[in-house]
Amino acid sequence: MATIAHPVISAASGTNARGLRRDQLRERIALLSLCAPALLLVLVTMLLPIAWLFSLSFTADDGSLSLVHYRRMLEQPSYASIFVMTFKVSLITTGICVAFGYPLAYVLSQLPRRAANLCLIAVMLPFWTSLLVRTYAWLVLLQRQGLINSWGIRLGLWDEPLALVNNLSGTLVGMVHIMLPFLVLPLLGTMRSIDHDYIKAAANLGASPTRAFWSVFFPLSLPGLFAGALIVFIICLGFYVTPAVLGGGKVIMVSNQIASDIELFFNWGAASSLGVLLLALTLAFLYIASRLTRLEHLVGEGSR
Amino acid sequence: MSWLDAPASATQITHGRRFWLYAVAALVLAFLIVPTLIVVPMSFSGAQYLEFPPRQWSLRWYSNFFASASWVQAAATSFKAATLTALVATPLGTMAAYGLAASRFRAARAVHVLLIMPMIVPVILIAVAVFYVYVKAKLNNSLAGLVLAHAMLAVPLVVIVVTSALKTFDANQEMVARSLGASRPRAFILVTLPQIRFAVVSAALLSFLTSFDEVILALFVSGGANSTLTRNMFMALRDQIDPTIAAISTMMIVVTSALFALTQVLGRARNA
Repeated sequence: MATIAHPVISAASGTNARGLRRDQLRERIALLSLCAPALLLVLVTMLLPIAWLFSLSFTADDGSLSLVHYRRMLEQPSYASIFVMTFKVSLITTGICVAFGYPLAYVLSQLPRRAANLCLIAVMLPFWTSLLVRTYAWLVLLQRQGLINSWGIRLGLWDEPLALVNNLSGTLVGMVHIMLPFLVLPLLGTMRSIDHDYIKAAANLGASPTRAFWSVFFPLSLPGLFAGALIVFIICLGFYVTPAVLGGGKVIMVSNQIASDIELFFNWGAASSLGVLLLALTLAFLYIASRLTRLEHLVGEGSR
Repeated sequence: MSWLDAPASATQITHGRRFWLYAVAALVLAFLIVPTLIVVPMSFSGAQYLEFPPRQWSLRWYSNFFASASWVQAAATSFKAATLTALVATPLGTMAAYGLAASRFRAARAVHVLLIMPMIVPVILIAVAVFYVYVKAKLNNSLAGLVLAHAMLAVPLVVIVVTSALKTFDANQEMVARSLGASRPRAFILVTLPQIRFAVVSAALLSFLTSFDEVILALFVSGGANSTLTRNMFMALRDQIDPTIAAISTMMIVVTSALFALTQVLGRARNA
C-alpha cells in the first residue's frame, strides 16, 4: 500500500513502469471498493427487493410466468382512471406551481441580495418542516369548521362552509405547498444568472417594459422553468401522503392504490405491476428531463 | 418623486405599475409560511377543538402527549431510529463518496447513479418491496430493519453532500501527506477529513432528518412497540383531528428547524 501513485509513472519505463501501473490499478480498485458497503446496503434494501417485486408482477397466482396482472390493468377501467387521476393531479400541481412560482422567483431575483435571502428563508421553511406537519396544518386550515371557512363566513365572503378538503382541491393545495420550493429554487438560480445588460439593451432599443420582459427575459429564464417544472411533475407522480390525508379517499393516485392493494387486499400481483409501471413512468420522464436539461439541476437541491 | 414612480428595473417600469407583481409574490410567500406558523399558536390552545386565535392558552396538549405512553414511546423510537440512521449512513456514504472521487474510474459514474437511485425511485415502491422482503426475513417491526431502510434512503444525500465538498478539496494535499510517509487511511483522517468535516456533519444531520421525517417506509416496516412518531401521526390523522398532533407538530418544527439551521450555519462557515 506504500506505493507512491501516478507522478512517477510517466518518468519510469520498462518492467518498473508495468509494476507501478499494476500497483496503481490495484490501489484504485481498493479505493473503489470503499463504495462496497454503501452499494451492499442499497442492493439489499432496495434493488433486490424491487427485483423481487418485479418478478412477482410477472407471476400468476398459480406461480407460472404470465402477464395476467398487466392484462388486468388494461382491461379494468378503474386502473385507467387511477393513471388519469395521477397525471391530472401532477399536471395541475405543476401548472399552479409555475403560475405562482414564476412571479415569486422573478421578484426575488430583482430584490437586493440581503432582502432576497430573507425571503428565501420563507421559501425554504416548508423544506425543513415535516411533510406530515404541513399536511396536518392544511387539514386544520381547510376543514369545514376550519380557519378559512370560519373567517370567510365571518367576513361575509360566502355563507355555507365550502368543501375545501377531503377532495381534489385540498390535495392540490397541499401538493402545491410542498412542491413550490422545488420550482422556485432552480428558477431563481437561472434568473439570477441572466445578464441585465440584455434587458437594458432591449429598453434602449425602444422595447416597452412588457415587451422587454416577454421577448428577452422570459426566453432566457425558460431553462430554469423547464428544469423546475419537470422535477415538480416527476415528484408529483409518486405522491402518497398528501392525497391520502387531504384527498378524503376521493383522490386515488398510483401510490395510494399500491398501498391499499397491500394493506387491504394483500394483492401482491396488482401492487407490484402498478409499482413497476410507476417506476417505468418515473424513469421515462427522468430520461426526457435529462435530455432537455442538465440533470444536476434536478437533483441539486435537497429533495425529500 | 415617490417610491411608486421610481423606476424599478432596467426596463424603466415603475414600482407603481408593477405593484400587482409584489402583491402576488407576497401572497405566495404568505401561502408558504402560514400553515407552519399557524400550528404553533394552536398547539397552546385550551379548547377541545382547534381554533385560531385560541381563546384561552394552556399546555394541555403537551401534557396529553407526555402522559401518553404510546406517543412517548413513538417519539423515543423516532429519535433512536434517526440517530442510528445518521450513524450508519454517514460513514457508508462518506466512504463511498471518497472512493468514487479518489479512484477516478470511468465505471465510478455508474456506481454513483446506483447510489443515488433511492432518491429517484418512488418511495411507495421501495416501501412495498422492503415490506415484502422483511416479512420473509422476519425484520418487520424491528428497529434494525427500519434503520437499514432509512439509512438506504439517506445514503444518496450523504454521497451528494460529501462529493461536492471533495470537489473543492485539493487532493494533492493528501498526496503530500502520503509522500511524507502517511498511509492512505492516516492521510485521509489527518488531512482530508478535517477539511470536509462540515460537509460530513451536515450530511449526518440530513440523514437524521430524513429518518425523523420519513412516513411511508415507517408506515410499512415499523409497527408495534417500534412504531415511529410519523407513523402514529399518520394513523391519527386518518381517524380524527386530535389537537395533540398540533403539540407534536410544534415540537417537530422546533427539532427540525434547529437541525436545519445548524446545517445552514455549517454551510456558511464552510464558505467563509
